[in-house]
Amino acid sequence: MEFIQTLLANELVVSILLSLLPLIFIIAYALVVLYTEMKVAAHIQDRVAYMRTGWHGLLQPIADMLKLLQKEDIIPDKADKLLFRLAPIIAFVGTYAAYAVLPFSSIYIGSNINLGAFFLVAVGSLVVVGILMAGWASNNKWSLFGGVRSAAQMISYEIPTAIAIIIVVMITGSLNLQDVTKFQDGGIGNWVVFGGPLPWSQKLMLMPFTIITFFILFVSSIAEVNRTPFDLPEAESELVQGFNTEYSGMRFAMFYLSEYANLFTVSAVGVALFLGGWSSPFGTFMSGPVWGIFWFVAKSYVFVLIQIWVRWTLPRLRVDQLMYVSWKVLTPWLFACLLSVGLILVL
Amino acid sequence: MLQPPTLPTDYTVKQGHIKTSTGKTIRTEEMIINMGPQHPSTHGVLRLEIVVDGEIIVDCIPHIGYLHRCFEKHCEHMTNYQQVIPYADRMDYCSAMTNEWAFALAAERLLKIEVPERVEYIRVIMAELQRIASHLIAVGTYGIDSGAFTPFLYTFIDREKILDLFEMTCGARLLYNYIWIGGLSHDLPPKFMEQAKDFIRYFRPRLKMLNDLLSYNEIFVKRTANVGVLPKDVAINYAVSGPQLRGSGVNWDLRRDDPYSIYHKLEWEPQVGKGEMGTVGDCWDRHIVRMHEMEQCLNIIEQALAGLPEGNVKAAIPKRIRPEKDAEIYIRTESSRGELGFYIVSDGTASPFRVKARGPAFVNLSVLPEIAKGGMIADLVLIAGSIDIVLGEVDR
Repeated sequence: MEFIQTLLANELVVSILLSLLPLIFIIAYALVVLYTEMKVAAHIQDRVAYMRTGWHGLLQPIADMLKLLQKEDIIPDKADKLLFRLAPIIAFVGTYAAYAVLPFSSIYIGSNINLGAFFLVAVGSLVVVGILMAGWASNNKWSLFGGVRSAAQMISYEIPTAIAIIIVVMITGSLNLQDVTKFQDGGIGNWVVFGGPLPWSQKLMLMPFTIITFFILFVSSIAEVNRTPFDLPEAESELVQGFNTEYSGMRFAMFYLSEYANLFTVSAVGVALFLGGWSSPFGTFMSGPVWGIFWFVAKSYVFVLIQIWVRWTLPRLRVDQLMYVSWKVLTPWLFACLLSVGLILVL
Repeated sequence: MLQPPTLPTDYTVKQGHIKTSTGKTIRTEEMIINMGPQHPSTHGVLRLEIVVDGEIIVDCIPHIGYLHRCFEKHCEHMTNYQQVIPYADRMDYCSAMTNEWAFALAAERLLKIEVPERVEYIRVIMAELQRIASHLIAVGTYGIDSGAFTPFLYTFIDREKILDLFEMTCGARLLYNYIWIGGLSHDLPPKFMEQAKDFIRYFRPRLKMLNDLLSYNEIFVKRTANVGVLPKDVAINYAVSGPQLRGSGVNWDLRRDDPYSIYHKLEWEPQVGKGEMGTVGDCWDRHIVRMHEMEQCLNIIEQALAGLPEGNVKAAIPKRIRPEKDAEIYIRTESSRGELGFYIVSDGTASPFRVKARGPAFVNLSVLPEIAKGGMIADLVLIAGSIDIVLGEVDR
């Protein structure tokens, strides 16, 4: 970052340019993951998708984007116009702000604040506000259902996410995501999911708890992004499209974009906290600042693929079963893990 | 400016008050919401007007008639009984062979026609293949209702093979005009036996895979077990029939209890719901009854293929259809959805005086408000899906 600052003297321009980097990444990544999701879904369902535009449909995401861009902007007559227009923007802002603290590489992190993990959880709640606004402002009873369900779901699943983050913080001793990643540097054995770079006796005792914590973090992050099996707010079979029903064109594209960006965010958080972030699993082989970006994106992409896989396999949970899973299954297990990890670290 | 139409219900929403801890009162109200004619999940154009208290359903009023096509009136103006067969196809378009067969049976009894044995066997094979195809649609769309998108495509792959068999025989994939009064329109082509046996061999392991993927999936079981329980006496009082009745534990199948054609010569078991995963008569029971029934259909087809006699399928097709004056008859058959009955009144001319179709989906749907009360909206979708309605038959 420093050398860019030497190129351009104006600090404001520098910070604006650097904050646009994640946006370019999000857009490029959204095209890739859109293609991936459709192709993976198709092959799971024993069909091929997207064979005509470009070789095997590689240009299809661009075609989709162009189509959404040129659609008519329809706002329902009795909708609350200000909230209706504001909702997708706020939902996207909540997702985009989280990219400020993701450690893409050892030399690049948007904002190296000491409260990285805390900032992530806080900013993720903005998405809830956006969705509630969308559900309410659409003047449509089905959208209202979707918005309210989504608010309840996302708020309940922030608890397991936060507790899982606390467990990692206990092991690594810092909320700063860059420090957490540096703590796990040095090969696959140092990853927090396998107990962290601690002596072997502690590691063996920690490992079952960290593996369970990672699994629960993954499940609750699927719930945070409203993906099947937790996609009741946009349950296509029941609520037509949930809070999305009245949205078309670019506004719908904003919600869509923020859903895919969220996919990456929660995978990236899980990777940064548990799986060593930008550090290479082989220790010093294939490591370095530029390799770091590759490892970070590749590991997150594996979890994005797993989320897509789960979406097209499992049915959907009902809203009260969703709540049951969060409050009566995930949270008690996490508290048990919290207690055990704390005890092991103290002893 | 157009006013929105007022709902034709005489239901007044209950209002309530909640006292908060600060002393203020919040006004609460039940909400009337339309699961409208266009909806991804009501299988066709069905309008469900639901009164909800939060997520809990207080009342559910189905409004039908969006697909009414005046089938019974059309029948009175046909020049010939045979011309009704394509119309009967289009009633329950997912299960056309059984529709045609029911009407052809009614007309044959009216005219006192004996069809050759080969015709009976082929009709049984076609009807059972059609039953499998219809249940595959039911199971696939039930998966979509509950959020699993993949089983739908797997069931449709299997269904394509059945439709290939049908296309090979009569040229059509969905609406056949195949089972005529007194016989069939075409004989089985030479490759049919081989391809049908291939299909049976191919389909048995697929059933097991579908069960693993959907029926015994933990999330699916949690969504459907103990949901929409239809007790035995309620089912009998509402005159439901078919897999829905058998799912409630009543061992009643018209193919065995009021036999027609050659069913008494074949060996198979009607499947009854046992409450394996919850209560007897819940949505899971109805679903698993359909899955097991598909397997029994394979047994029937195997036996019928093995015992298929020779003969001319067009031998008994009458040249002139002139029933007696003032003759009337009611015939009931077991279609994929339940008891499909045709009541024909003739006045001595070549076209019927009155035809009444007793559609099983219509009667089965009438039980929906009873079993949906007290559940959630998400449950309503699954309950309506487990009844397996086809709006063509509900509305005719």
